[in-house]
Amino acid sequence: MEEVKLLGKIKKKFRKGVEAQAKEDIIEVKVELPRLLELLAWLKSKNFNYFSFLTAVDRKTHFELFYHLVNIESGEKVLVRTEVEREDSTVPSVVSLWKGADWQERETYDLFGVTFEGNPSLKRILLPEDWEGFPLRKDYEDPDVVRRPEYF
Amino acid sequence: MSVETREFLLNMGPQHPSTHGVLRLILKLDDELVLEAEPVIGYLHRGVEKIAENRTYKQFIPHTDRMDYLSSMLNNWGYIRAVEKLAGIEVPERAEYIRVIVGELNRIASHLMSIGPTGLDAGAFTLFLYAFRERERILTILEKACGARMTYAYFRFGGVAQDLTSDFINACREFLKDFPQRVNEYEELFIENPIFKKRAKGVGILPKELALSCGASGPVLRGSGVSRDLRKTESYSVYSQFDFEIPVGESGDSWDRTWVRLEEMRQSTKIIEQALENLPEGPCFNPDVPRLLMPPPGEAYAAVESPRGEQGYFVVSDGSYKPYRVKVRSPAFSNLSLLPHLLPGHQLADVPIILGSLDPVFGEVDR
Repeated sequence: MEEVKLLGKIKKKFRKGVEAQAKEDIIEVKVELPRLLELLAWLKSKNFNYFSFLTAVDRKTHFELFYHLVNIESGEKVLVRTEVEREDSTVPSVVSLWKGADWQERETYDLFGVTFEGNPSLKRILLPEDWEGFPLRKDYEDPDVVRRPEYF
Repeated sequence: MSVETREFLLNMGPQHPSTHGVLRLILKLDDELVLEAEPVIGYLHRGVEKIAENRTYKQFIPHTDRMDYLSSMLNNWGYIRAVEKLAGIEVPERAEYIRVIVGELNRIASHLMSIGPTGLDAGAFTLFLYAFRERERILTILEKACGARMTYAYFRFGGVAQDLTSDFINACREFLKDFPQRVNEYEELFIENPIFKKRAKGVGILPKELALSCGASGPVLRGSGVSRDLRKTESYSVYSQFDFEIPVGESGDSWDRTWVRLEEMRQSTKIIEQALENLPEGPCFNPDVPRLLMPPPGEAYAAVESPRGEQGYFVVSDGSYKPYRVKVRSPAFSNLSLLPHLLPGHQLADVPIILGSLDPVFGEVDR
């Protein structure tokens, strides 16, 4: 019941550039990049105070970003998804909304090379600082992998 | 001659007896007062998420063991749940009961490994040895279920690898007979010990809002007074059939977090007793699951309550026999991101206590 209410609210507030649908136990909201920050700030004001995780998926033509948010009191969950260009992948940072987004953004930057504009400490977190390339991109080639030579 | 004081940087770790793994802390100190703290992680990074993209769905199960190696069963479970959700696989009731039993046993073992070393950090060596003694018994029991002591890979899509033997059930009953008495002992010996209380009470107070915004979960979040346990809020598997409580702390300090873990061991004992009592007959796996699983394209996120918190897996499928992407939502990673906010204002000697109360496992933080 709560979920239907929230779905209606999202649809009413954001008409253009936002598609929302209810899945099994989660509301999926697809948003265009220019309205991402607006939508996330609105969700935060609606008591989605639990920042569960942020991740990216390399779709080869673009990156897809996923934000998983939870409203602790009502138990509602929202999965916000947005598409980012591969070459110029810059996304506004949400550290000002959720402090914990800091490490999650750093991890996504580290493994995918997505830049988060406004993150105060955007640097590699899991890999060494001098690592080259972004390993979770589909076209990443590991320099340490030895390919079988072609003899004939 | 004038006396001059200066702030200085201290490098704690990555090899340090009390960092619970390979964590490096860069501490900015004024005498012994911590002004700033910057955790440096990644020393155990193996690129598990990249490995997943080059394995079949089933082949990735043993890799989940090696992330949170203190509670491998629950790591298996998180991944298995996500794939089962993605592929729409049904699980027989007996399998769910077995999962609950081994999962809760593993939770007790993991909490023992959290409380024991926290005691060691505070100077209580006896508890450390006692905790190991009890944990050894649990590992022996789990060995009877799947043959391994640490990295189980016991869960399968649609069930578990093999049925429980009567030997397992007898050993489990034997263990449950005197374990509650041991927990009482630990409470008297350590949790209620005035020395530990002085070391941990009021140290590392975590406000509720900060915990939520950082995505903290498990005993860390519950220590701060938020009653969020996925076993209750999501009531996945068969947890809705058991009678148990969620211990919640009041002030959110290190003592509360440690106390929550101790209480959870009691609740887990209760759950295992009920599960053994009502263990249904039937198959322990779903025979319709194909050997080479190819879930339909799409995404699924599923999480279980591991000893560290919300252990979630986000699995993306493109319809082939290999996962397109696996994201591990690691609770220890989120809990550890609290450190830069928790440490400033404390004495250097409090740092190991606060770190121990967050209970990070670095196989999972670094993945």
